Amino acid sequence: MAKKPTVELVKKREADMQAAFWKQVKGIPRGEKILNCIQCGTCTGTCPVSYMMDITPRQIVALFRARRLEEILHSRTIWICASCYSCRVRCPSGILVTDLMYALKRLGMEMNIYPPKFPAHSLSKAFISNVYKYGRNFEMGLAIKYFLRTSPGKLLRNASFGLAMIRRGRIPLRPTTIRQVHQVRAIINRANQIKVQEA
Amino acid sequence: MQYAYYPGCSLKHTGKPYDMSIREVFKVLGLDLREIDDWNCCGATMYMSVDKVVGFAVSARILAQAQDMGCDICAPCSSCYTTLRKTNRHMAWNAHSRHIIQEALKAANLKYDKMVEVRHPLDILVNDVGVDKVASTAPNMFQGLKVAPYYGCMIVRPVYHFDDMDDPQTMNLLLGALGMDVVDYPDKVRCCGGMLMTTYEEIALDLNNHLLKCAEDNGAQVIATVCPLCQMNLEAYQSRINKAYGLNHHMPIVYFSQLVGLALGIEPKKLGLKTMLIDVPNLNLQPRTTRMAI
Repeated sequence: MAKKPTVELVKKREADMQAAFWKQVKGIPRGEKILNCIQCGTCTGTCPVSYMMDITPRQIVALFRARRLEEILHSRTIWICASCYSCRVRCPSGILVTDLMYALKRLGMEMNIYPPKFPAHSLSKAFISNVYKYGRNFEMGLAIKYFLRTSPGKLLRNASFGLAMIRRGRIPLRPTTIRQVHQVRAIINRANQIKVQEA
Repeated sequence: MQYAYYPGCSLKHTGKPYDMSIREVFKVLGLDLREIDDWNCCGATMYMSVDKVVGFAVSARILAQAQDMGCDICAPCSSCYTTLRKTNRHMAWNAHSRHIIQEALKAANLKYDKMVEVRHPLDILVNDVGVDKVASTAPNMFQGLKVAPYYGCMIVRPVYHFDDMDDPQTMNLLLGALGMDVVDYPDKVRCCGGMLMTTYEEIALDLNNHLLKCAEDNGAQVIATVCPLCQMNLEAYQSRINKAYGLNHHMPIVYFSQLVGLALGIEPKKLGLKTMLIDVPNLNLQPRTTRMAI
């Protein structure tokens, strides 16, 4: 069995995570407003998917304040957020909740901490590698790969409308590569390079 | 009027009827729609989950190309629309990110230093062309087809773009002026789940069932959408919803531009109506006799 982490170790991990999180928050307009949260729960109330979350949006802010970021990253909540921006336009404290959800997604990726049995993050990663490879997104290839990895049964259940869409020419069987994909790659490489240099 | 057309990836496949109908409608209304050459993916919400600034740099390539064309962008996909606008806002707000993005663009011999306006075709039809102009150009009128306009999330949020966040009216006005009976229903800006249909089907089926039921309960015969992902979720997964909940929804889901196109006298085939999974019944169009008062 793994050794139980000491209190110091847990504190150190949390401190590192808080530092990384604040770096993300600084990249959001008015990001520091997260400190103004009055815990009213409007975000949770307006969220169309909060009923399926293990931790509600309001609780996310509370956990962050309680310095329990790791718990947030283990929850499904940040990956269930469909980015509909309802919370963001309703928050009476002007907190950009949706953007904070994105920040937490990025933090999870940076720390390599994901909710168990819910690999939604792998879809985002596959998506951006498609952008690099083809310059465009290849929806169907992406979905098929994701289903094969997570629940192959879904692939069969969706086969009937999939075929109907293919017949109507609404699903391409091959990805399209743009002519100047080298430009897209150069942009991505250069942006990454600058970020590494700065860090 | 000239627009730099950015169809986006979805309009090349699942949203093909949207692409076809937008092109046809713009042509008939005398708008000059020029597709951005060799455009790339905008990065969508997915890139923001991995790396925000790099994602914005990718979408800035599109903005830079449009800057060279010297006109507003027309982006029909809600996700592209929001991503491109977000890139603009972020570059205006954060000098540091702006620097990174501009340096990255230099690597591709591109330059983006002016703010190119990103527009949705609904915004263009209502605010540039005008509802009465569209209605007076249309040779046909619908005879009271009951339509539920579904705006979804991204064209009304996160900031005010061109319509109200809670009770948007642009599509109501446009479709109403073409003789449709516009149904008012509370779910018109409620989320369809977007990519949750892939990552967490259970939730997405529930959300879409909610939307379909709400439109049905208010008497809609057809739902008009403005986004390829909403359209796909509502249409293609309807049979899955019926199976999962033991229901029998049979709601045609069309793009608002297809309905506008029909009134403009464009053939259904050219509007991609033949490629829809659920046929639109009762498309009773009559030649327009009197000019509609707006």
